[in-house]
Amino acid sequence: MLIRSRNRHSIGENDVTPESVYLSRRTFLGGVAGIGLAASLPRAALAGPDYDDVTKAKGPEWFEAHLSDTRWNAVTAEEKITPFDDATHYNNFYEFGSNKSDPARYAGQLNTVPWSVTIDGEVGKPGQYALENLITPSRFEERIYRLRCVEAWSMVIPWLGIPLADVIKRAEPTGKAKYVRFETLEHPKQMPGQASRFGLIEWPYREGLRMDEAMHPLAFLAVGMYGRVLPNQNGAPLRLVVPWKYGFKSIKSIVRISLVESQPETSWHMLAPDEYGFYANVNPDVDHPRWSQATERRLPNSLFNPNVIDTQPFNGYAEDVAGLYQGMDLRKFY
Amino acid sequence: MAQPRHILVWRLLVFVAALVPLSWWMFHVAIGAAGPEPGRYLLLNLGQGALFLLLCTLSLTPLMRLTRWKGFSAIRRQLGLWTFSYALLHMLSYLLFILGLNWTALGEDLQKRPYVIVGALALVILLALAVTSNRYAMRRLGKRWKPLHKWIYAALGLVLLHFLWVVRADLAEWSTYAAVALGLMLLRLPGIAQRLPRLGERLKRARV
Ligand code: HEM
Repeated sequence: MLIRSRNRHSIGENDVTPESVYLSRRTFLGGVAGIGLAASLPRAALAGPDYDDVTKAKGPEWFEAHLSDTRWNAVTAEEKITPFDDATHYNNFYEFGSNKSDPARYAGQLNTVPWSVTIDGEVGKPGQYALENLITPSRFEERIYRLRCVEAWSMVIPWLGIPLADVIKRAEPTGKAKYVRFETLEHPKQMPGQASRFGLIEWPYREGLRMDEAMHPLAFLAVGMYGRVLPNQNGAPLRLVVPWKYGFKSIKSIVRISLVESQPETSWHMLAPDEYGFYANVNPDVDHPRWSQATERRLPNSLFNPNVIDTQPFNGYAEDVAGLYQGMDLRKFY
Repeated sequence: MAQPRHILVWRLLVFVAALVPLSWWMFHVAIGAAGPEPGRYLLLNLGQGALFLLLCTLSLTPLMRLTRWKGFSAIRRQLGLWTFSYALLHMLSYLLFILGLNWTALGEDLQKRPYVIVGALALVILLALAVTSNRYAMRRLGKRWKPLHKWIYAALGLVLLHFLWVVRADLAEWSTYAAVALGLMLLRLPGIAQRLPRLGERLKRARV
């Protein structure tokens, strides 16, 4: 009974991408210093990794067209990628309910086409942008990031999107722009969790980053994952991915990006300021009041192998991002 | 004390019914349908199962008063023991499947985290009630048995607090349990409790 069938995911013990394939691609891209040469390669070599087990889906036309010019594996993690089925059926997306299976169940009602994003605040080019106009000036990249939830579980996800910095630069921030504030769609008819009378989150969901965090090359805006368009339950059609912070910072279904002068209020901080800080950097030394952050459960796990691993400072991205917080007391600014 | 046949059958039915959810969850885990974190799936279901059983146990007295059917008191001990079993399995799921049998981590939780502390207190109460639920303990404890078993109300309060403290963003589920608990407590207020038998009579007559 306790033998958890691995073959539920046909990927099972092997990788989503056979290890040899992605290693060689990585060394190859690294070896030729990437982009220029890679672009002249025959299509086959550039086709996305073949994630089997992925429910295929056709994105909007612009998305599918843009996909052919993707820098696959632009950032890799030398870890096993989480099965697609798990990454899409175990989500915290309270707009659709508070159980982890609710988003997969209810997010289908969300209408993501057409989608536009308001960019406002301290920018030279404010306005309401159609999603494709926001994204397509940049080339798609695939980035395999660790995702660490504040609840002490983690996954490894291959995202598809563009650097957040690209979008911010194109909006031409003024000298007064010190923070970036994000907002999720508020639409109780399509997002039943927002209609709950017992909900504690004040909608719309809000998140924020300091300007230097937002401009960091690792900060990412995703429109797809596993080589396909984002499933609704994962934050379609546009979500943030900040891999060195707890998952709740990576706001989903974004409709507004504002550049602002002072630190914006963020949803979980509003709800429980002693539990969730503005920074929310992954930090094994600072516990959440209700659970330890020293370790995490890498999912999927099984009953007798909870897969408990040590949590890394900044989720393993310390080398890249620790500098952003030099001189700050990370216990105080949690 | 021989019991009438229908009471024995009834007790057996209750026994089987209480086993159903547990088997159902284990079956889900066994076929890999419990999601990427089967241990947490069991943990949460067992926690809510234990609370549900606790509420069932506490509904027996009002039901007895209302219907005067002996069947309800005949399953009180059984349901109490089921409550304890689910709660114990809930705690064990935490230790085994979440903490990976890391006793140090459990010890730390027991010192640091209020929600774990109140959960543990509730479990200790349920344990005390479980071991004193047999006829031998009843005889030994005599007059003290009843006050001891009133601690069930403290356990209920602690469990609701425990649950409240793990709620993240939506109180709907918790409020439902809390409302039922409140209702069951109200039915014990002397003024209301005394009226239950008469209400039962009236309902019965109305049906005839
Ligand atoms: C030492 C004793 C206990 C421990 C260590 C413990 C641990 C836990 C943990 C870790 C959770 C999940 C927290 C989370 O959402 O992250 C939880 C939830 C819960 N526990 Fe306990 N618990 C204990 C005793 C009890 C008892 C005695 C009961 C009931 C009779 C109970 C009922 C619940 C309920 C109803 C939930 C909420 C489940 C949900 O969110 O769906 N617990 N407990």
